[in-house]
Amino acid sequence: MDLGILAFGGYLPQSRLQRAEISKMHGWYNPGLKGLAKGERTIANWDEDAITMAVEASRDCLAGLDRSEISAVFMASTSFPFDDRQNAGVVADALNLKSQLMTLDLAASQRAGSSGLSVALQAASGAEGPILFTASEQRKTKAASPQEMTYGDGAAAVLVGKGEVIAKFIGSHTVSADFVDHFRGSGHAYDYAWEERWLRDEGYLKIVPDAIKAVLDKTGITASDINTFCFPAAMKRVASMLAKKAGLADEAVADNLQATCGEAGAAHPVIMLVHALETARPGDKILVTGFGQGCDALIFEATDAIEKLAPRTAVSGHLARRRADTNYARFLTVNGLVTMEEGIRAEVDKQTGLSTHYRNRDMAQRMIGGCCTECGTLQFPKSNVCVNPNCGAIGTQEDHPFADKKARLNSFTADRLTFSPDPPAYYGMIQFEDGGRLMADFTDIDPDQELAVGMPMKLMFRVKDYDKNRGFRRYFWKATPDNDDQASAPAEAAE
Amino acid sequence: MASGIRDKVAILGMGCSQFGERWSDNAEDLMIEAFTEALADAGIEKNQIDAAWLGTAIEEQHVGKSAVPLSMALRLPNIPVTRVENYCASGSEAFRGAVYAVAAGAADIALALGVEKLKDTGYGGLPQRNRGSVNDLFWANVSAPGSFAQLASAYRAKHGIDAGDLKRAMAHISVKSHDNGARNPKAHLRNRIDEDKVLNAPMIAEPLGLFDCCGVSDGSACAIVTTPEIAKSLGKHDLITVKALQLAASNGLEAQHNSWDGSHFVTTRKCAERAYKEAGITNPRDQISLFEVHDCFSITELVTMEDLFISPEGGAVKDIMDGFYDADGKVPCQIDGGLKCFGHPIGASGLRMIYEMYLQLQGRAGDRQRKEEPVFGMIHNLGGFPHQNVCSLAIVGKMGA
Repeated sequence: MDLGILAFGGYLPQSRLQRAEISKMHGWYNPGLKGLAKGERTIANWDEDAITMAVEASRDCLAGLDRSEISAVFMASTSFPFDDRQNAGVVADALNLKSQLMTLDLAASQRAGSSGLSVALQAASGAEGPILFTASEQRKTKAASPQEMTYGDGAAAVLVGKGEVIAKFIGSHTVSADFVDHFRGSGHAYDYAWEERWLRDEGYLKIVPDAIKAVLDKTGITASDINTFCFPAAMKRVASMLAKKAGLADEAVADNLQATCGEAGAAHPVIMLVHALETARPGDKILVTGFGQGCDALIFEATDAIEKLAPRTAVSGHLARRRADTNYARFLTVNGLVTMEEGIRAEVDKQTGLSTHYRNRDMAQRMIGGCCTECGTLQFPKSNVCVNPNCGAIGTQEDHPFADKKARLNSFTADRLTFSPDPPAYYGMIQFEDGGRLMADFTDIDPDQELAVGMPMKLMFRVKDYDKNRGFRRYFWKATPDNDDQASAPAEAAE
Repeated sequence: MASGIRDKVAILGMGCSQFGERWSDNAEDLMIEAFTEALADAGIEKNQIDAAWLGTAIEEQHVGKSAVPLSMALRLPNIPVTRVENYCASGSEAFRGAVYAVAAGAADIALALGVEKLKDTGYGGLPQRNRGSVNDLFWANVSAPGSFAQLASAYRAKHGIDAGDLKRAMAHISVKSHDNGARNPKAHLRNRIDEDKVLNAPMIAEPLGLFDCCGVSDGSACAIVTTPEIAKSLGKHDLITVKALQLAASNGLEAQHNSWDGSHFVTTRKCAERAYKEAGITNPRDQISLFEVHDCFSITELVTMEDLFISPEGGAVKDIMDGFYDADGKVPCQIDGGLKCFGHPIGASGLRMIYEMYLQLQGRAGDRQRKEEPVFGMIHNLGGFPHQNVCSLAIVGKMGA
């Protein structure tokens, strides 16, 4: 049985900050930003982080698949929300995976994504079931820094294992070198970067060719046979220079998504791989590299099965699910780059009882409700007594997952009184198609889109509350318009 | 089948503090203000009171837990005192406790006092608080206006009502309540406003603007109740008695079951049926003289007038625009200014509504006295959220009516 990629998925936040807006704001201070002020970058919403984006990419990857066979979840990032609480474990919970599962975080280098993928493939060759590998990144940047221009937020996920793979793993090679073009010390929020010319000449152009040559030699693949070359760096022209140096076809150089997304750190090699897989034809060979204290190089070959893979949103779909954002002030605000007057309402203590949280984790993270075995009524949350007034049976609720259900909007408001980091706070009642409902917070509401009773909604995994006093954050599911489902006519109001 | 409360308990005396931003007063000051008036009105001594109930909802903001703050503020002679809390129906719950004690024969004379000292938060609107450790894990980030505002979206969808028409009817409600509040010396807000002011006000929670929301006030109200026989023996005549006391609490159906469309109050409808039955009222639109309903937001009042079976379903907009509920209309609603303008010190509100009915039924309501002699007054409290609430209804009226 072949080892490789069984499925893939991607996620990019909806909001696309227009780089010209950054330049407009900071041009007086750093005129050099103007050279970078083209296109747009993805920016995570205030309630998104590496975990929530990894969850969405993984849901995209696993759509329609049986999740019970998954034997491990590996997550790579350099922007984990938790230093000591396993981030991959939260992802696995949100995906409602079984608990008999290996979970692991891979961190501390821009190579976490590419090295992590290599490790996941190696592990999967001896594992009982496929491994979900996800890479996700939401790096903080200082205002008016080049990184603010070039970075982007996003995630990708691949299911790796043995079987009917859509892309066969051909081989990989890693060069390790403690080349520090930038770093982020423990307890520091922002990257500290050295001169780009040195990074290009001594880093990219010397270390990457070594890795490419080695993986080609190791696998016996001819450079000119590579159809797609993923080099996940923002710097202009470097990928072409590398291709030339390594003997790769110039047409093989993949779009680094700098114009539309920005460079998503450790997740970017995987995002580019997923983007390449979306259009790969059987037989296509994809070379993926990851740079950071050395270089990883991995080669995949698409199989016939790729043509049978069910359509998914992946990277292209998320690139299309975009909203041009010209509100740079909001970006500064939600990233804590300006000190906003939040008002006394924001002072409500958001402490989470960890025992309460653990006891209620099926509800609070897995979005598990109940299904009455007496009458079949669905409800969220689960309770001892069935909510159906004609039933009321006690102790008949079986676990029932709600996260992937289609829903419709019943009632809504846009609230400017309650505290929200991004006012107004949108929320309302949503009703699930097979039964059950939730008074839910909404997220990713486009102010230009009219909400209407009956419109299709879906759930996304998001940060519910930040406990700023203690550094904890709690997650829950929020509703967002299901714009892919707009074609279906609004349902009749209930009753 | 229970025979109900009708005419078993009479109101002996009532009092109500000035409502408003009582910056210089503590809750205890407000309590004594309402109590002193009630005691004088009842014409009894403090030591004739057998038992007392304190209604307050956000006690962390002022008096703290238990009924001891009432007992201490009034220096009650070590009688049984109980604190009750049931969202915005807390004052009505205190009244229910006192009335039931008298009806049961457990007390000859009982006291109900509601108080809330809200204007110590540092900001406008109700205090923002946690909702319980499990609820905090999954409840939406709802405020009071945001949860009630949703009635409008669901109501419009159900009845096909234009957003502008609904907003104008809501504005009429607020304009009317300001007109009424202007005639009430104890009201928090006594300014008149016009429709344009309501429609152009800053948005709080769509579609509720600032003037669609009631005042957040400090205040206290108090009732002393006894049996009709004792009231008469104390020299009272033309008694005002309790005709019905009903309560309905949500059981999770609205929040969790798709049989509710979000456009009305399940609890209010059930509670109203029981209240009318208990009071022997068969045609409330013709028989109820005055309403004090829980107009925390304009849309709440609009929807409630249908849930109380006064306006037909989907017909409240027409009745409102026809002036049916105006002070000089067929059945005035909030003749004292309502929560909107009298104010809404949560624990006091239910008792404040009863106070107004008590005055109106006795012809003691001053400038705002209803000309046509009132017979039955209905009091409605709604605590919580449209999808998860308690509804309290009381009907008071002339003895024997």
